[in-house]
Amino acid sequence: MSDIHVDLGQDAPVRTSPGPRKIVIDPVTRVEGHGKVTIRLNEAGEVEQARFHIVEFRGFERFIQGRMYWEVPVIVQRLCGICPVSHHLCAAKAMDIVAGVDQVTPTADKMRRLMHYGQVLQSNAVNFFHLASPDLLLGFEAPVAQRNIIGVIEAFPEVGKWAIMIRKFGQQVIAATGGRRIHPRLCIPGGVNQNLSVESRDALRGDVDQIIRWCCDALELHKRFVHTHEELHATFASFPSNYMSLVGADGAMDLYDGTLKAIDATGAPIFEGVRPDQYRDYMIEEVRSWSYMKFPHIRSLGREDGWYRVGPLAQMNCCAFIGTPIAEAARKDFMAQAGGGLVHATLAYHWARVISMIHCAEVIKGLLFDDDLQGDDLVVTGDRRPEGVAIIEAPRGTLLHHYQVDDHDQVTMANLIVSTTNNNEAMNRSVTKVAIDDLTGHEITEGLLNHIEVAIRAYDPCLSCATHALGDMPLIVTLEDADGAVIATRVKE
Amino acid sequence: MTPATLSPERQRGAPMPPMQPRVLILGYGNPGRQDDGLGPAASAQIEALGLPNVTAYENYQLNIEDALDVADHDVVWFIDAARSGPSPFAVEPIAPAASLEFTSHLVRPEAILAMAHQYYGAAPQAFLVGIRGYEFEFVEALTPAAADNLQRAVEMLKERLSASQPSAAS
Repeated sequence: MSDIHVDLGQDAPVRTSPGPRKIVIDPVTRVEGHGKVTIRLNEAGEVEQARFHIVEFRGFERFIQGRMYWEVPVIVQRLCGICPVSHHLCAAKAMDIVAGVDQVTPTADKMRRLMHYGQVLQSNAVNFFHLASPDLLLGFEAPVAQRNIIGVIEAFPEVGKWAIMIRKFGQQVIAATGGRRIHPRLCIPGGVNQNLSVESRDALRGDVDQIIRWCCDALELHKRFVHTHEELHATFASFPSNYMSLVGADGAMDLYDGTLKAIDATGAPIFEGVRPDQYRDYMIEEVRSWSYMKFPHIRSLGREDGWYRVGPLAQMNCCAFIGTPIAEAARKDFMAQAGGGLVHATLAYHWARVISMIHCAEVIKGLLFDDDLQGDDLVVTGDRRPEGVAIIEAPRGTLLHHYQVDDHDQVTMANLIVSTTNNNEAMNRSVTKVAIDDLTGHEITEGLLNHIEVAIRAYDPCLSCATHALGDMPLIVTLEDADGAVIATRVKE
Repeated sequence: MTPATLSPERQRGAPMPPMQPRVLILGYGNPGRQDDGLGPAASAQIEALGLPNVTAYENYQLNIEDALDVADHDVVWFIDAARSGPSPFAVEPIAPAASLEFTSHLVRPEAILAMAHQYYGAAPQAFLVGIRGYEFEFVEALTPAAADNLQRAVEMLKERLSASQPSAAS
């Protein structure tokens, strides 16, 4: 047993010492969940690298240890205030395996899918409307005082309605499937607790077509931005990369289940058909001293070349098609910008995110007309197993849960690779690209700070496990010389 | 208050008997992170009182659709844990103020008020209660000191909610 202290405010190594095992995270960093960007210059005064430091969940994995395995799908909702449902579902899938269940009933599978697509829809709506649209619709250089959702509503009154109502609809889907909008408890190992009531189904049926139309309207609005800013859209914080996501057995986009596929920057497969339980054969999770986050990479490509991107952009690049008509037409239009290759533009995350919203709404509509959701066969049982691994595509990308459970039904090991971790190196690269393009001299200008934020927003990193006690949550940018001495610091409150 | 929520009598400007303000309690934080659960704990205790015209919600964090609930109330109390500041708690009136963060994992109460005002024309009286917390580790329990602060804050809220016109205090 040991103490582990991680000071994210410095490039300090993890320190361990004898005694009871206790994870101590620098309080300011942990509680405020702030982001810190460090830009390091070389001796010639040029940008050598930039790093985006944020807090992530390693401590939570130990929090799960000792818990009864059937409790875990509920407990893991503590991980994230934005996407608790993603963790709920991923843990449930892993615990299906532990419970000896390889296939849940059609009602259970479709209830979970309905909840998942409702979650992805509402989370992507928050990102797109609340976080991205001020930059995209008002312009990167718009005054800070105006570049926010209120400024967007003033300029585009309908956008405010789309934002809130799409988000609300997604929450209603979650409440209808999980019994309540907060802390839903749909899943148990091997199945679900309830089916979908006819009353809930009919209420959601009444709204879903309007939701699809609003998502399509949002897509058209976003495309107007793209077509009037083609150069900016193609180049801002952008670079070729590998991509990874789940895909269905037929290569279709599948956000809930399937196998892992990774492709290189040309679109050539690195691996495909990888089952969740095989992930360690194909991926390595590296720990670096200066960050609390892990750096996963593709084993066959090694540390330097094996990093990749996940999330809506990766989902578009990896899938062969989308199985719903409006989203598939939008995907073809989206991919056409690459002229037969992959789309590497970092800002294209937002475009892909809106297509994903359309797909989610279409899937939800299809499920609402599927009578299996009113079925009564909810749970399957099996012979207990010691281990379970599951993967889903959460709103920000690939999410993996891996558990080992002892003969007393207690979790002895938990390993989580969350979407933000998968995008860790990519976020560093995007920030580095911005720094190279925008840094002049030794001053962190308002423009540089803005552009760094715009780059980070494309990935919408998950911070600090929903812990955000009252206090500021700033973005801190520090400029260092080749010896690590601080040249300048600027804080975005 | 949105026009749609006004009763026909009030829309006509007819004399009305004194009305209890509709009060919303929004307690937020993560109960799995020790004293970060102060907000939800306060909200749960207020909800358990079953006070008329008082609605209490809890969540891990504020989200944009909270603007809908905020717009439907006359008085809103946002309750969060405070990592610094006075014990047992502090209260401050807050006003609409839009902001743009670098992550959707942060939505400030002022931004929720701004959305409620901009989109629904609602301008409820709003307060932010910061209950002092001390430990934020992976533990599902409040520290004893934070639990004491919670009780003091809940007592204050009970007093305020019993009054027809809440006002800021600390």
